[in-house]
Amino acid sequence: MNGDGILDVQDLSISLIGEGAPVGATDKVSFSIGRGEVFGLVGESGCGKSLCALAIAGLLRAPMAVTGGRMMFEGRDLNTLTPSALRALRGNRISMIFQEPMTALNPLMTVGDQIGEMFVLHRGLGARAARMKAIEALEQVQVSSPERRINAYPHQLSGGMRQRVMIAIALACDPALLIADEPTTALDVTIQAEIVELVLDLCRAKGTAVMMISHDLGLVARICNRVAVMYAGQIVEERNAGAIFTVPAHPYTRGLVEALPRLGRRLERGQERLAEIGGVVPALRDFPTGCRFAPRCARATAACAVPPTILALSDGDQVRCVHHV
Amino acid sequence: MKAGANLYLGGGIILSVTLLAICAPLLAPYHPVTSANLMYAEEPPGAAFWMGTDEQGRDILSRILYGARISLFIGLAVQVMNTIIGVSLGLSAGYIGGWWDEAVQGLTNLMLSIPTIVFALALMAVLGPGLLSLLIALGMTDWAYSCRISRAQVLTQKSLNYVQSARTMGFGPVHVMFRELLPNIGGPLIVVATMGIGSAIMAEAALSFLGLGVVPPAPSWGGMLSSAREQLMVAPWVAIFPGLALFLTVLGFNLLGDGLRDSLDPQGRGRK
Repeated sequence: MNGDGILDVQDLSISLIGEGAPVGATDKVSFSIGRGEVFGLVGESGCGKSLCALAIAGLLRAPMAVTGGRMMFEGRDLNTLTPSALRALRGNRISMIFQEPMTALNPLMTVGDQIGEMFVLHRGLGARAARMKAIEALEQVQVSSPERRINAYPHQLSGGMRQRVMIAIALACDPALLIADEPTTALDVTIQAEIVELVLDLCRAKGTAVMMISHDLGLVARICNRVAVMYAGQIVEERNAGAIFTVPAHPYTRGLVEALPRLGRRLERGQERLAEIGGVVPALRDFPTGCRFAPRCARATAACAVPPTILALSDGDQVRCVHHV
Repeated sequence: MKAGANLYLGGGIILSVTLLAICAPLLAPYHPVTSANLMYAEEPPGAAFWMGTDEQGRDILSRILYGARISLFIGLAVQVMNTIIGVSLGLSAGYIGGWWDEAVQGLTNLMLSIPTIVFALALMAVLGPGLLSLLIALGMTDWAYSCRISRAQVLTQKSLNYVQSARTMGFGPVHVMFRELLPNIGGPLIVVATMGIGSAIMAEAALSFLGLGVVPPAPSWGGMLSSAREQLMVAPWVAIFPGLALFLTVLGFNLLGDGLRDSLDPQGRGRK
């Protein structure tokens, strides 16, 4: 992995600390994101992708805690920063947008005040200047007549509009990294594409790197430079985005790609049903000791009982499987 | 009952009582204290004294009007203190959680298990009678409900995304608690506080009745009731009018609180 990124995560382990021994939720997750890069993190629900995002933002709450590894952001170790230093980073250098635009805004504040607050907090602007900047920010996310909309309360806006406001808030201070945690899941398909384009255009203009967390492999492959696939708390494959679709290396990624519905393919193959991956994701406490995917994997052999090491493929690609393609 | 009737009736009563209290010097026909004249002691209600006079010949109407100032002031001041204590504790307990939450909950349970009036009596016994000690005694003892309610509201609100996203954008705990959470839990707190004013006025009257509240001869409804007790058989009006004033004012605050609850709770609308 290249070391010149703005975010360099090494061996990040997050555990559930409760009574008894800590239970590992993610296991030695490593990746790095370069300046202005669009990085995708894919996996199914509960695989630990959102936990990684929260850990980077320093927002893990009990019983979850970082138990190992390093997260270097712009040359500073996030684990060693004080709470107030972290707060100065959040919303300023690292920003985040969430899945649920319906509840992500304070219902009792106008959107203008909520955007303006960012400039007051991180830039020290006065109320009047913050308001001007808020109008500008709304204009950037292509909200029509921003001078009027700035006085609207969240319930007066549609879901897509609210997500635009969230984006305006998140990108207000030109962050170096935007973590987008399934930003389009709750939106209509037609608006999804618009929102994604908007985020990408703005980030390109501001030089902001994007960490796109999603379970939508198609979306991620289309917009990202590099993609990491997570399964049961581990990254199982990290590739250039094009390669992951055309030549997936890990059996789990193959399964995901084959499970995607594609126009015309079903007829062509004469299949009645979409391909599926048998079985379910193991629970946190019962992760297999060897390869975590082995119980569901058609290619599994006796060799899979030992934890597989990370193998390097060409172009800096990596895969965690002894039977990779 | 028609929706909103409580609100208007309660609001009307409180507005009238407040206006009467403010204008007491203009409206009162006699001075509440210095008009004592034993020549006119225990006059029944009539043209000269609309509500009669007490055992010292003071005009009861005038004393009730001036007493309203004391009752309303104490009710408001006590409830402000209770709300500040209760909300700060409840808000922080709900948001921070952990040992602080445990400690606050323990303290709340302790306060709830001791009757307010007994606790206030004990405090008054230590502090001595007087307006300031009355404020302290009542203001420190009846915050458990605001505390409970704000904590419960915070627990339901803090999992909502806007709280999480405020933290994500770099806002600290104080901002999140007072700028994000407090306005969003304000509705139920206003209701509790409004009704609390009524109970604070009652508590003041009870303490004054027991001789530990407002020091005579200052006019206080509780104190008036207390001194009327001995003349109840011969001069019932001495007790009836302050009792009615107390009853109406407390009723007004309770109706207002009920009405506010109905109009502030969107789910309650149209249920009646």
